[in-house]
Amino acid sequence: MVRVDGNAGATSLIRVRGLDKKYTRGGEEIHVLQGLNLDVDSGDFVAFMGPSGSGKTTLLNLLGGLDVPSAGTITVAGDEITHMSASKLTNWRARHVGFIFQMYNLIPVLTAFQNVELPLLLTKLSKSERRQHVEIALQVVGLADRMKHYPRQLSGGQEQRVAIARAIVSDPTFLLCDEPTGDLDRKAADEIMDLVGRLVGEFGKTVLMVTHDPAVAQRAQVTLRLEKGSLVDAPTAADAP
Amino acid sequence: MKYLPLVIANLLRKKLRTTLTIGSFAVALFLFGLLVIVRGAFSQGVDIAGADRLVIINKTSLIQPLPLSYRDRLLRMAGIKQVTFQNWFGGVYQDEKNFFPQFAVSVENQRAMYPEFKIPEEQWKAFVEDREGAIAGESTAERFGWKVGDRIPLRGTIYPGPWEFNLRGIYKGSRPQDDTTQFWFHWDYLDERRTFGKGDVGWYVVRVTNPDLSVQVAKTIDAEFANSPFETKTDTEKAFAASFVKQMGNIEFLILTVGGVVFFTLLLVTGNTMAIAVRERIGELAVMKALGFSDRFVLLLVMVESLCVAFVGGGLGLLLAKLFSLRGDPTGGILPYFYLQTWAMAAGVATALLVGVAGGILPAVSAMRLRVVDAIRRV
Repeated sequence: MVRVDGNAGATSLIRVRGLDKKYTRGGEEIHVLQGLNLDVDSGDFVAFMGPSGSGKTTLLNLLGGLDVPSAGTITVAGDEITHMSASKLTNWRARHVGFIFQMYNLIPVLTAFQNVELPLLLTKLSKSERRQHVEIALQVVGLADRMKHYPRQLSGGQEQRVAIARAIVSDPTFLLCDEPTGDLDRKAADEIMDLVGRLVGEFGKTVLMVTHDPAVAQRAQVTLRLEKGSLVDAPTAADAP
Repeated sequence: MKYLPLVIANLLRKKLRTTLTIGSFAVALFLFGLLVIVRGAFSQGVDIAGADRLVIINKTSLIQPLPLSYRDRLLRMAGIKQVTFQNWFGGVYQDEKNFFPQFAVSVENQRAMYPEFKIPEEQWKAFVEDREGAIAGESTAERFGWKVGDRIPLRGTIYPGPWEFNLRGIYKGSRPQDDTTQFWFHWDYLDERRTFGKGDVGWYVVRVTNPDLSVQVAKTIDAEFANSPFETKTDTEKAFAASFVKQMGNIEFLILTVGGVVFFTLLLVTGNTMAIAVRERIGELAVMKALGFSDRFVLLLVMVESLCVAFVGGGLGLLLAKLFSLRGDPTGGILPYFYLQTWAMAAGVATALLVGVAGGILPAVSAMRLRVVDAIRRV
C-alpha cells in the first residue's frame, strides 16, 4: 500500500521520511522537495505526476541513489541509503535498482544482448549463467530474436524494451522509470506500458514511474502528484465524477 | 576478460579516428626505433668495446702513423699481455658508393685480440699462408655476393694503384651487434707494395693483463713514448670509440630533441582524441555509473582504451622499425651496426604506454568525476 502521510509501519519496502532537497542557483536557494514522506510496499506500481520543475526526476534520482538529499532519510528493504558512502551506494544501486530512462540510453556500440548483459558484468555469474539470464530477460520483453541487433537497427519501442530487459536482468528490488514512454508514439507507448504492467502483475516487480502523460499514469495502481515539494494523492479516473 | 568486448566496442566506435590515432603512435614509434638504431649505430662501438683492450694512436692525430718498432717495446712493458696493430687502407671496390672498412692487420695477433670474430680454422690457416689473402665480414661478403676463393680487386686511394686479394675466409660476429663489415688483409703485403710510409702502422691495440689497471697502463705507455718523434695517445677501446662518436656531433642530444618533440606532439594528439572520445559518451558513462559501475571502473575503462591504442600503435611502429632494421644498413656501410635491440623495443613500448597514460589520464579523471545526475540531464 502506498502512503504519503508518513504514518505507515516499518514494513514498507521503500520508506521515505522528511526528505528535503534544495539547490543553490545564482545565489538563490531553491527548495525542490520539502519534508516529503512516502511508503511503498513490494509489488506496488506508483506514478508520479506534476508540472515541469516540480521535482519528479529529483525524487527519482534520490530514490535511486544517484543524488543525495539535503535532509531526511530513504530506507529500502531495511538499508538506509542516505548515509551510505559513494562506493557503497554504487554497489547498492547495482543490486537493488533497475533504471529505465526516457531516451533508452543504450550503449550504441553494443548489441541488444551486450547491453542487457552489462549489469551482470558486475556480478560473479559465469559466462553461461549470464547468457541464460540475458536470454530470459530478452524473452520477457519479446526481443529474443533481436539479441544480435545494435540499437540503431531497432525501433524506439524495441530500444525501450531492450532498456527494460537491461533493468530487470539482475532482478533488482525495484524499477525506476523516468518518462519511459516520453519519446514513443501512442502505440509503442501502450506496448511498453503493457510490458511494465506485466512486470508488476506477473513478476511482482515494484515500479516507481515519473510521467507527464495522464494515460500512462492511469496504468499505475496509484498516482501521486508533487506539489510544493510534497506528494499528494492524485484523483484517479475512478474518482472522477 | 569479461570487459574486453566493451573495450573493443568502444575502440571500434569511430574506426577512422582510432586508426588515425594508432597510425600516429605507429609513425612516432617507428621514428623512435630508427633514432635508437642510428644512435646505436654511432655508439655501438662504445657499448661493445673490449674492457681489457687499449688503443694507441699518434698523439697528433689518428691519421699520423706510429713506427713498427714500438711493438717490441710495448711487449716488454708491465701490464701488457698482447699487442697487435692495424692500418687503414681506404680502397674502393668497383664504385665509391660501395664503402666498407678495410684494414691491413698483423696476422700474428689479430685473431687472438678479437675473439668475438669467429673464423673457421681452415679458413684462417689459408689466410695466414696466402700473402694476398683476405678475410671479409659476413655482411660485406653477403652484400657483394663474395664467396671464399673469389678474387677481390680494390682501387687504392691512400695507397694508389690496383690491389687484388684472394678471399680466404669469412668471419661472423659472436653477438648480433658485432661489426661484420670489415675487410682484413696482411699488413706485410701493404708494407711491401706501398711507396711511402714503409715500416709504419696506423695504430696499436694492446690487451692488458688486468682491466682494472687500464688507465694506469695507458699513462705508462704515453710516458714511455713522450718527447719522441712519435708521441702516443692511449685510451681504452671504449674511450677511443666514444671519441669517434663525438666527432660526429652530439648525436644523443639530436635524438633526444627530435624524439622529445615527436612524443610531446603525440601526447597532445592522444590527449585530444581521448578527451573527444570521453566527451562524446558522457551520457553512456553516466548510465554505466547509474547501473552500478564504480568511478574507478570508468577511470580504468578510459585508461585501458588509451593504453590499447598506445600499445597497438606503438607495437606496430616498433615492429616496422625492426623489420626495416633486418634489411641491414641502408647507408651502404656508414652505419654497420644497424640493429634494433630488444631492450630498445621494450623501452619503446614502455614509452608508448607512458604517453598512453599521460594522454588518457585527464579525460579518464574527468570521466571518473562525472556526476550521474548532471550527465544524464545533458543527454
